[in-house]
Amino acid sequence: MKRTIVKGRVLVSSALLALAAAGAVIAAGDVDLDHAQTDVSNIAALQRGAKLFVNYCQGCHGSQYMRYSRLGEDLGLTEEQIEENLIFNDAKVGDVILSAMDGADQQVWLGAQAPDLSVVARSRGVDWLYTYLRQFYIDPSRPIGWNNKAYPNANMPNVFWEMQGVRKAVYETHEKEDGAEEKVLVGFEQVTEGTMTEEEFDQTMLDLVSYLEYLGEPAKLQRESLGIWVLLYLALFTFVAYLLKKEFWKDVK
Amino acid sequence: MSNEGVDQGRRKFLTGSMVVVGGVGAAGAAVPFIKMWEPSAKAKAAGAPVEVVVDKLEPGQLLQVEWRGQPVWIVNRTKPMLDGLPQVRERLQDPDSENTDQQPEYANNEYRSVKPEMLVLVGICTHLGCSPKFIPEMTAQPFDSDWKGGFFCPCHNSRFDLAGRVFSGVPAPANLKVPPHTYLDSSRLLIGVNPEGAA
Amino acid sequence: MKEANGPVVRALSDGLSWVDQRLPVVDAWNKHLGQYWAPKNFNIWYYFGSLALLVLVNQLVTGIWLTMHYKTSAAEAFASVEYIMRDVPWGWLVRYMHSTGASLFFVVVYLHMFRGLIYGSYQKPRELIWVFGVVIFLLLMAEAFMGYVLPWGQMSYWGAQVIISLFGAIPFVGEGLAEWIRGDYLVSDATLNRFFALHVVALPLALIALIALHILALHEVGSNNPDGIDIKKKKDENGKPLDGIAFHPYYTVKDLVGVGFFLLLFAFIIFFAPEMGGWFLEHDNFVPANPLVTPEHIKPVWYFTPYYAMLRAIPDKLMGVLVMGGAVMILFAVPWLDRSPVRSIRYRPMLTKVLYAIFAVSFVWLGWLGAQTGSTLQTILARVFTLYYFAFFLLMPWWTTMGETKPVPERVTS
Repeated sequence: MKRTIVKGRVLVSSALLALAAAGAVIAAGDVDLDHAQTDVSNIAALQRGAKLFVNYCQGCHGSQYMRYSRLGEDLGLTEEQIEENLIFNDAKVGDVILSAMDGADQQVWLGAQAPDLSVVARSRGVDWLYTYLRQFYIDPSRPIGWNNKAYPNANMPNVFWEMQGVRKAVYETHEKEDGAEEKVLVGFEQVTEGTMTEEEFDQTMLDLVSYLEYLGEPAKLQRESLGIWVLLYLALFTFVAYLLKKEFWKDVK
Repeated sequence: MSNEGVDQGRRKFLTGSMVVVGGVGAAGAAVPFIKMWEPSAKAKAAGAPVEVVVDKLEPGQLLQVEWRGQPVWIVNRTKPMLDGLPQVRERLQDPDSENTDQQPEYANNEYRSVKPEMLVLVGICTHLGCSPKFIPEMTAQPFDSDWKGGFFCPCHNSRFDLAGRVFSGVPAPANLKVPPHTYLDSSRLLIGVNPEGAA
Repeated sequence: MKEANGPVVRALSDGLSWVDQRLPVVDAWNKHLGQYWAPKNFNIWYYFGSLALLVLVNQLVTGIWLTMHYKTSAAEAFASVEYIMRDVPWGWLVRYMHSTGASLFFVVVYLHMFRGLIYGSYQKPRELIWVFGVVIFLLLMAEAFMGYVLPWGQMSYWGAQVIISLFGAIPFVGEGLAEWIRGDYLVSDATLNRFFALHVVALPLALIALIALHILALHEVGSNNPDGIDIKKKKDENGKPLDGIAFHPYYTVKDLVGVGFFLLLFAFIIFFAPEMGGWFLEHDNFVPANPLVTPEHIKPVWYFTPYYAMLRAIPDKLMGVLVMGGAVMILFAVPWLDRSPVRSIRYRPMLTKVLYAIFAVSFVWLGWLGAQTGSTLQTILARVFTLYYFAFFLLMPWWTTMGETKPVPERVTS
């Protein structure tokens, strides 16, 4: 796995910094993304991811198109297990997974509404999510106290700071072609230790991203296993059609 | 082009095989389209069992709740109401609830209920699906001079007694349906679920 | 099997003759299948017509089923698509069949059109078949564009905004026209509703009618073939072309093989790559439409990108629109632009083959360019290819008469 902490390379172009200053900008294309080796068929990882989601994300984010009951069916959980482990409000098992905080409150407290995460893995991609979740650093200049390298000036605190530990950004000064100087974020420095090692934290984020990928398209679990059978059937269909064609075309001289 | 020397047997066999393989495929392809008409997860969630607190229900009153988008009535019947039931017996189509599709076994009794006074019914006429009116007064009505209380369907004049049993000579073919229901304790009723151990 | 028929067979044949006396079913069967004499030398290029018909049926059936769960409203459309993908049993499969089918429709149709181009299938007496075909292509583009708006994601919304704004380039009436198409001052609920009506009712009806005309006109004059020979010139004593074979059973069984291979590809995409890396379902379309924020890089779906590249290559709004529209409209003139004495590329001079090859490469390259952000180099390339595209067609009357054609054989080659 590629690491970009402390000794990281020069990743962010001057253009990105300019955009960063401009505020909320989707900068996915400009960031060197870490590859997320997700596996949605790993049910245990999805269960861990679901638990992380309800504990750390759901405070602000919902997944309004996903029902708890579907989680139960797909992740092999009974209704009791769902109620015990995943539901922390008065929702019923058949309900969709909504955020604990309502949008208007978020507007007041966070300055923006936290986006719904149902299909975030499909719009952003898992690599972006995996990179983003691991690149928070403290930044006293931000109202929220946190900033993010993959998504500069994101209005989101590092909800995993206890696990990851608090980190601050390390800059290098470069001279641009026209002689002007620019500050480039090159890596991070650990300020306080987290409860997890770097490897453990990466693995945890991978679980969460796997869950988000599943959340984006729950049908993926059935899709690929069914696909094999459909392709096998179609191979048989084509084979019989080929024999039939050959047989009839014996007439054509 | 010529048909000489053609192995007709092989040709028939291959044609047959193609028809069978294609038919299996067509049938398989039809499955998603048929299944797509079944209730969605959203409909199922809306159709989940409904919990009702019934100890505040006054005698003689009807409480209507929604279960699977249908009206479900809970009536706390008074002593006179229960006493009136045997009096209309002669005029009913199915006084002994012999049509067992219309109620679970645990409600197949004289009062068509688990607790004698507590009647639980799906409020949908068994004729064509209208919702009958609750007319508890045990006095003569325009449609029945000897009315002992019950339900009257305004669509096609079907009548039911206070146990949801259908009268003779009306279009409705069966008694009003008793939904699966369970008393969680003395005051809480769960509609949509059979009691544990019951069929 | 005995010759004597059982009672079931006899009843069926009686039933058929009862209907046939009242409706010409046997006639129609013979005219279009049983005694439709197709040249026996069709090659792989000739699969795409029947495959286009197959995809059409797929789009109609899956489309009808999707409308049963889709909500036509700006407030609910995006959520209803996710509802289909999650809550509706098997909804995800039917939706992917529809979205993948849309892209494969264009794959098949582009190949079908290229076939017509290289074998001169539009030449006399098949001009009308080609003209109907171009109308079908136009309708299909409208159908696909409006269908893409329905999921009401960011790409749906901003794609609609950009395409409708193109009408604004028309002098004098443009702005009013664009507003009339939208039914609002911006793309909105009103636009979504009318696009839905056109997408599910009006355009499919028009498409079916045009396809019927396309096939009727074809069966009137007969199919062309890779040699570009008129097989009706050599007939046997019964009036059947010597190089013709009955469409049924010979081409029905042959097309079944094509269907098999096509469905393998179709199923592979549906089950293993429904987004096709963002080419069939774009990433930004998983963000609900937001009239206040334009996505960073807006681009049409791949099948429009060649024309979109032409639009962007022209540094003038009105000219860009004219060039883009002209690129499609010029196809109507092809039967009268081509002056070559032979149909098939097989017997045409080397020059023609080279020009066709460059045309194919430049069109595909334009498609790639249309999906990029448009750097300076890319813009220059797009201009060169656009110029080539138009020169290819406009100079056809000259270059098709240049060079030595090869002698066309009397009978089809195998």
